[in-house]
Amino acid sequence: MLEVQGLRKVYRSGSREVEALRDLTFTVDAGELVCLVGPSGCGKTTLLRCVAGLLEPTGGAVRVQGKPVAGPPPGMAVVFQEYGRSLFPWMSVRDNVELPLRQKKVPKGRRRELVAEALTAVGLDGTESAYPWQLSGGMQQRVAIARAVAYEPAVLLMDEPFAAVDAQTRADLEDLVRALWRRLGVTILFVTHDIDEAVYLGQRVLMLSASPTVVQDQLTVDLPAERDQLHTRADPRFTALRTRVYEQIQVAKGRASPGTAGELSPATP
Amino acid sequence: MTDRTDRSEGLESTRGLRIGERVLLVFGLPAALFAIWYAASANSESFYVPPLQRILEAFVDTWTPDRLRADVLPSLARLGAGYLLAALIGIALGLAIGASPSLRAAAEPVLEFFRAVPPPVLVPVIMLFAGIGNGMKIIVIVSGCIWPILLNTVEGVRATDGVLSDTARAYGITGPARLRRLLLPSASPQIVAGLRQALSIAIILMVISEMFAASNGLGFTIVQFQRSFAIPEMWSGIILLGLLGFLLSELFRLAERYVLAWYHGLRDVQRRS
Repeated sequence: MLEVQGLRKVYRSGSREVEALRDLTFTVDAGELVCLVGPSGCGKTTLLRCVAGLLEPTGGAVRVQGKPVAGPPPGMAVVFQEYGRSLFPWMSVRDNVELPLRQKKVPKGRRRELVAEALTAVGLDGTESAYPWQLSGGMQQRVAIARAVAYEPAVLLMDEPFAAVDAQTRADLEDLVRALWRRLGVTILFVTHDIDEAVYLGQRVLMLSASPTVVQDQLTVDLPAERDQLHTRADPRFTALRTRVYEQIQVAKGRASPGTAGELSPATP
Repeated sequence: MTDRTDRSEGLESTRGLRIGERVLLVFGLPAALFAIWYAASANSESFYVPPLQRILEAFVDTWTPDRLRADVLPSLARLGAGYLLAALIGIALGLAIGASPSLRAAAEPVLEFFRAVPPPVLVPVIMLFAGIGNGMKIIVIVSGCIWPILLNTVEGVRATDGVLSDTARAYGITGPARLRRLLLPSASPQIVAGLRQALSIAIILMVISEMFAASNGLGFTIVQFQRSFAIPEMWSGIILLGLLGFLLSELFRLAERYVLAWYHGLRDVQRRS
């Protein structure tokens, strides 16, 4: 469904060159939920933007459903971290969720159906006429998720969507994402800095190195498909997986190679 | 019995007051100034500053319905035409320039150059190629009030939120749809601010354009009175002009409150948090 091969991104400003992504190669099969974790500043957002077609890579290729990505491909929906800024403030919740469908030329009756279903699925029944800025942060992010779900995408990209939300809301939203994923069978690439979240949500976890970024390691999460915040997180297998990911991230942070953009810690042997 | 509604009728700052209190705030100062003017000029012997009482008498005599139709209506029509034209051109051009960084860089110096020229200075030049009819007056109005609209639109479009822009792109909202559904609404608070400035300028230019060569109009009438030394009538015309400005301003405020309801709501929430 989603193939990334040798993805490379170099930012050039004047005479300074910053190699954000060096060589990223991975695939996401149809219907998979894959989480991407990495140390801060490792270019997770750059990677996601390249995959979404919002940023042109310097090298390598991204393919969605076999077709190369040269701009935002149809059939892909994105949920950003800044929910407040990704919803249109001059439109009601209903209109916000409906907008991509109008653009897709979905007939009116079907549009109404999809919007109603999506809002119910995220638990926002009854807020159709409200404006985004009248809702709380968690609810706004739900609207963004509803918008993505109503679009019926083949691939759903989520860029640290719960980083700006409080812990309890984050737990609810994590469960929401898993529930939606199991119900709709959509392919999800979930980028996060939260290691626990990555293990809790994903079927597979890809660990990124520090900048310049490569895929450092990957592991398969062999936890049961039925997961819940209370029991899964107390499961010893969860702890083992989490520890493994944490160790890899620590290695990635310590292994920052010389010649990278300034701010990382010096390399350890 | 209090009338504490959230809808402000008049000034935003009078929200939550009783009707009586609101009326007092809006009309209190003008009424007080009027009374002072009346009293201070009551025994005036000056030719150029007659007693307010005489001015008010002249007001009633001069501004009959016939005269209103013959002079004020054409002026308002020209004002409306000029303002509308300036809005259409200004917003359209502003959207185009604002959306393209290269166009913006190229156009900005030129725009700033032309904006700095005061329209009254241009009137004789405009008369040369536009004649002395309604067309000339409308062009004068447009030449002055297009600048705040154009420049504000450019700025409003330029300041579109990056995340919102990415979201629109990600969902395939490009081309005319992007203009209509993202750039225009996003820039609308800024555009409305430009329209507000342009309104004041348009009223001034409406009068000025009629001072040079005209056969009817409010500005023309005022200047006629001045030249024929009909001073109380002249003052009455000036008062009428002021009232007109006030009325148009209130109409604008009402329209803005409707169009930018979402923006006021958003700012309220941001202010409170």
